[in-house]
Amino acid sequence: MNAHTGTVRGKERYRSGVMEYKRMGYWEPDYMPKDTDVIALFRVTPQEGVDPIEASAAVAGESSTATWTVVWTDRLTAAEKYRAKCYRVDPVPGTPGSYFAYIAYDLDLFEPGSIANLSASIIGNVFGFKPLKALRLEDMRFPVAYVKTFQGPATGIVVERERLDKFGRPLLGATVKPKLGLSGRNYGRVVYEALKGGLDFTKDDENINSQPFMHWRDRFLYCMEAVNRAQAASGEVKGTYLNITAGTMEDMYERAEFAKELGSCIVMIDLVIGYTAIQSMAKWARRNDMILHLHRAGHSTYTRQKSHGVSFRVIAKWMRLAGVDHIHAGTVVGKLEGDPNTTRGYYDVCREDFNPTKLEHGLFFDQSWASLNKMMPVASGGIHAGQMHQLLDLLGEDVVLQFGGGTIGHPMGIAAGAIANRVALEAMILARNEGRDYVHEGPEILARAAETCTPLKAALEVWKDVTFNYQSTDTPDFVPTALETV
Amino acid sequence: MKLTQGCFSFLPDLTDDQIAKQVQYCLANGWAVNIEFTDDPHPRNTYWEMWGLPMFDLQDAAGVMMELAQCRRVYGDRYIRISGFDSSYGWESVRISFLVNRPPQEAEFELVRQEVGGRAIRYTTVRKTPAHVS
Repeated sequence: MNAHTGTVRGKERYRSGVMEYKRMGYWEPDYMPKDTDVIALFRVTPQEGVDPIEASAAVAGESSTATWTVVWTDRLTAAEKYRAKCYRVDPVPGTPGSYFAYIAYDLDLFEPGSIANLSASIIGNVFGFKPLKALRLEDMRFPVAYVKTFQGPATGIVVERERLDKFGRPLLGATVKPKLGLSGRNYGRVVYEALKGGLDFTKDDENINSQPFMHWRDRFLYCMEAVNRAQAASGEVKGTYLNITAGTMEDMYERAEFAKELGSCIVMIDLVIGYTAIQSMAKWARRNDMILHLHRAGHSTYTRQKSHGVSFRVIAKWMRLAGVDHIHAGTVVGKLEGDPNTTRGYYDVCREDFNPTKLEHGLFFDQSWASLNKMMPVASGGIHAGQMHQLLDLLGEDVVLQFGGGTIGHPMGIAAGAIANRVALEAMILARNEGRDYVHEGPEILARAAETCTPLKAALEVWKDVTFNYQSTDTPDFVPTALETV
Repeated sequence: MKLTQGCFSFLPDLTDDQIAKQVQYCLANGWAVNIEFTDDPHPRNTYWEMWGLPMFDLQDAAGVMMELAQCRRVYGDRYIRISGFDSSYGWESVRISFLVNRPPQEAEFELVRQEVGGRAIRYTTVRKTPAHVS
């Protein structure tokens, strides 16, 4: 289907009136993307009767220079350079009526170091375009020259580990629960118990900001008392993600400064604060030796359905450019959406310096990260100690495993919950390093560790049957044939 | 207090056989193995004393275990840790670190609180018992 439709050139091209996008220079099947081009891959679902090539060309047009009619002022510019070029359209396997459209954008179309500018082009007007029934931004390729205009993660995995003096195992965290309603004093109690018990981090939830039941200064003060007490009690570095999300940048800076003043090693923001605010806080974090945790609040509104929106892998790429250190990237086995292969793709985006094309993981392009720091993925939501072997196998070592309910809901108390998680984790790492087949022997390894650890025994008993086996909605479109039936 | 630094401090102290397996894991990954000791295990004390240079080109964990035995003979009353260092591009740091020796009497820390304005407190973690008594 990738045939030429004949781009109109010269005088004819600029005759007043309406012309098909595919004839205006937005469909160029012979175009070879330059190494310096930004490339976007869209899943395009045209309205009934709309030619997929024309629909894809329209996406290229509307996300770059085009408007609905020919304008003579194009002739005052190097218009051919500035036109985004759709250069390939493929039917989506197994999804009649949907097409993958590859579109290349010249680097000059984008302001250096601005996710706001990038996203205003790529996901701006075009998502509401009438001839399309639905549109999804699946993946992007950023040229090294563009990647280098971004700061990248303020701290990065390696330096985070060095600062915390924690190596060789996933970090352990817990989100304080109930997420709303606790007073500052009671909230700090949960933090203290969890950290003293053996977790590395505790975390504010996304919607804990400054409410009538607990204002932010109160929370920060009690939390830092808890962190320091736990640190002295264990001889180990501890932290708590203080959520500095607020209504204005001025408030966020004020909260960040207070966290720093109190000696916190980490602060947290929500995705809903917006790309520019995220980049501002990333720069602040770099200036102030602070780890920056991002909670992806809100993302499922546009990432979850395959037909329309933006894939989370694109959000993960944008966030690595924008400069956060931690990002929630799925658990696979927990309570929230997450197909194993798709999630694997997200984790690779976070942690590798180079991502080779891997269609079965949803990665459509080779992507070099040009020495930008690595981002620590965070697995949170419905996970517990009994899944430790699966978590280690699926998510690897450089990840924060967050057991919120799995710590605080422990029958013997919060500290016991933390001990159970830590013992389960260390036993699994020890076994893995010894060369044991820990994935299959996992339950046995845990049971053995529980013989000398009553809290782990209780945790395994209470949550032994908890699994979340539901069909994922966001799955890869390509399956390697050898693994087709699982 | 049981100091919980390192990768395996929530498990019962590792036997020499278990330590050797972890060392072998480091060597199999091509990491240099380092033995360090200290009588100051403060959580922010990054630089423990090195027992010689990191061992870069070993094949067999036995070499490390011999060094560890010697280190224990001299500094058996201190904390000793083994770490694996990965020099590959993009990491160039420690990959694993775990305690292999604890003093008979473990360190204790306490918090010193300096009350400052606005209910804020400056915290300092200090050693409770005298450091190394020899």
